[in-house]
Amino acid sequence: MSSTTEAQIIRLDSRRRGGEPTATTRRRDRRAAAVPQALFPPTPVFDAAAATDLEHAIRGMLAFIRRRLSGDYPIDDYGFDQDLTEHVIMPLSRPLYQRWWRVRALGIANVPDSGGALLVANHAGTLPFDAVMTKLSVYDEHPSRRHVRELAADLALKAPIIGSLARKTGNTLANADDAVGLLTAGELVGVWPEGFKGISKPYRDRYKLQRFGRGGFVEVAMRAGVSIIPVATIGSEEIYPIVANVRPLARLLGFPYFPVTWQFPLLGPLGLVPLPSKWVIEFGEPIRTDQYGPEAADDPMLVVEITNRVRDTIQQMIYRNLMGRRSIFF
Amino acid sequence: MTDVDHGRGRRVLITGLAGTLAGRLALALEADEDVEYVGGVDLTQPSHELSRTEFIRADLRNPLVAKVIESTRVDTIVHLSVTSEPGAVGGRGRMKELNVIGTMQMLAAAQRAPRVRTLVVRSSTAVYGSHYRDPALFREDSHPRAVPRGGYTQDVTEVETYTRAFGRRRQDVDTTILRLANVIGPDVHSTTTRYFSLPVIPTVLGYDPRLQLLQVDDAVQVMHESSKGGHPGVYNVAGPGVIYLSQAARMTGRPTVSIPARLTGPLSNVLRPFSGVDFTSEQLPLLQFGRVGAITRLRNEFDFEPRYSTRAALQQFIDSGRVTPVIDRTRLVGLEARLGDALSRTLKRVT
Repeated sequence: MSSTTEAQIIRLDSRRRGGEPTATTRRRDRRAAAVPQALFPPTPVFDAAAATDLEHAIRGMLAFIRRRLSGDYPIDDYGFDQDLTEHVIMPLSRPLYQRWWRVRALGIANVPDSGGALLVANHAGTLPFDAVMTKLSVYDEHPSRRHVRELAADLALKAPIIGSLARKTGNTLANADDAVGLLTAGELVGVWPEGFKGISKPYRDRYKLQRFGRGGFVEVAMRAGVSIIPVATIGSEEIYPIVANVRPLARLLGFPYFPVTWQFPLLGPLGLVPLPSKWVIEFGEPIRTDQYGPEAADDPMLVVEITNRVRDTIQQMIYRNLMGRRSIFF
Repeated sequence: MTDVDHGRGRRVLITGLAGTLAGRLALALEADEDVEYVGGVDLTQPSHELSRTEFIRADLRNPLVAKVIESTRVDTIVHLSVTSEPGAVGGRGRMKELNVIGTMQMLAAAQRAPRVRTLVVRSSTAVYGSHYRDPALFREDSHPRAVPRGGYTQDVTEVETYTRAFGRRRQDVDTTILRLANVIGPDVHSTTTRYFSLPVIPTVLGYDPRLQLLQVDDAVQVMHESSKGGHPGVYNVAGPGVIYLSQAARMTGRPTVSIPARLTGPLSNVLRPFSGVDFTSEQLPLLQFGRVGAITRLRNEFDFEPRYSTRAALQQFIDSGRVTPVIDRTRLVGLEARLGDALSRTLKRVT
């Protein structure tokens, strides 16, 4: 509340015209003065603090545009473009996280402040929104604002546009070389071992964990000597409940599956809008693998045992959280 | 010159002397006091001003090569005569002849030469191919997803096979295979440099590959070091770091045009005479999925740290004046500052 609207108009006008009140300004001043005060309540458009914030934001945006136009941003060897992820992708997905699915993150303290760790999570929801939300959850809620580097399916990286976008947001191919490389470099790596089996399962099988691959993620953790952090995601199953999978159509289009969901293709393009279920992402207590040593990766019995232990832990976390929720949407 | 008895210095023979890398290496060897003799074999006159290098006009496919190795009494051979551009040598058939049969003959002759102690062969990271199921970083022991069906990739793969066979038969020779990334530099004229010099840079619609470049000075230095011997094995050689193709295009200040993958072949055939870029179907996967080699072994075992990162190599190429940016970076910075200042003036007025 620094000045009145009337005073503002005079100041702006007089400055633009070099202070000399001309016939036009005088006429306009009279007209402004004639307008009843009630029509223009004396609220300033900005206070000083808001203006500073706005200037900060716009200057940041200008700098971002300049960096993008001149190619002046770093990427790492795996293609992670931190500038793009933090300034475009994450702001775009944050409304989904905060408003649409109202994600509650539990046990974020189980994610280490530094050093490598392998996040292992259940996979569901027809489209891998759970991976996007997990990444955002760790970045927004963890005090060290860490980036989860996801291990993606080869088909995702092959796809035009999506493939390059996946790399730029920190995904890399789910293979042992890339995973061990990232973990030994001290990165947080996220993996969804159920893969397409988990993400494309029908709604009636919701929250039933599928086979956890062939335990490759355990071998990776052992070789890198890092802990496995089990992650349970609740709510992702209800965003596109799958009724059926049209296999012939999937084969024709070259997709791994072609889902018929509650809303798609019944509602047409509107059916692409995910349902606003209430989400919980729980980060469980780390399961250590460093005591076995890197050679243990060659012991299939031990690998299977730890794979099952991780799977059971996540299944228990899912059941516990399902008991605690009132409804799908609240 | 060949009458000089085998003294203290090394005697080096370079094949493919007319190439930029070979010419630059010859210059470096001429300046090296430990090198007593530099010889160069090629079919065409070298392009560099060389003083004490002996130019031998010969075809590697000719058994005469054995006589050259014998009479020059070299102890080191640097084999750089592998070309990647069919247009420059008169067609793909001739390119394969020169690359593969030339290497075969040369190695056969070298195997018979007891004086040879060091062999350096230039290969390329192209041997890894390019596939969406590839790891982000190729290690030297990675295998390509698909067996190359032809073109340069198949040539270098075969050249490496012959070289490894040579290494097995002559275990007393330090055999070094250098897998170079795409070489770039102010004096380099290759598919890569011509591509970045195009007025509009074509990309594949929906794809943005990671690229890895090698500055020519670093390439020459690694070859020079290898020629001293004591570095047997296979090494990826590239500038640290990667850049996206889109990022590289922004750095050059050139606009890009996205072409659907299916149209790249026909379009490049039509445009080849104008662009001068040999955009063969072999390059399509590279422009879709990229190719990056890990340089851990170069750093740790070869003990070499490239001076130019991938980014710096491209920047140096741009700064050398080979590309005139359409969008200038300093003007962008100026524009950003002007817009920012205008903004703060406006905001001061309304508060």
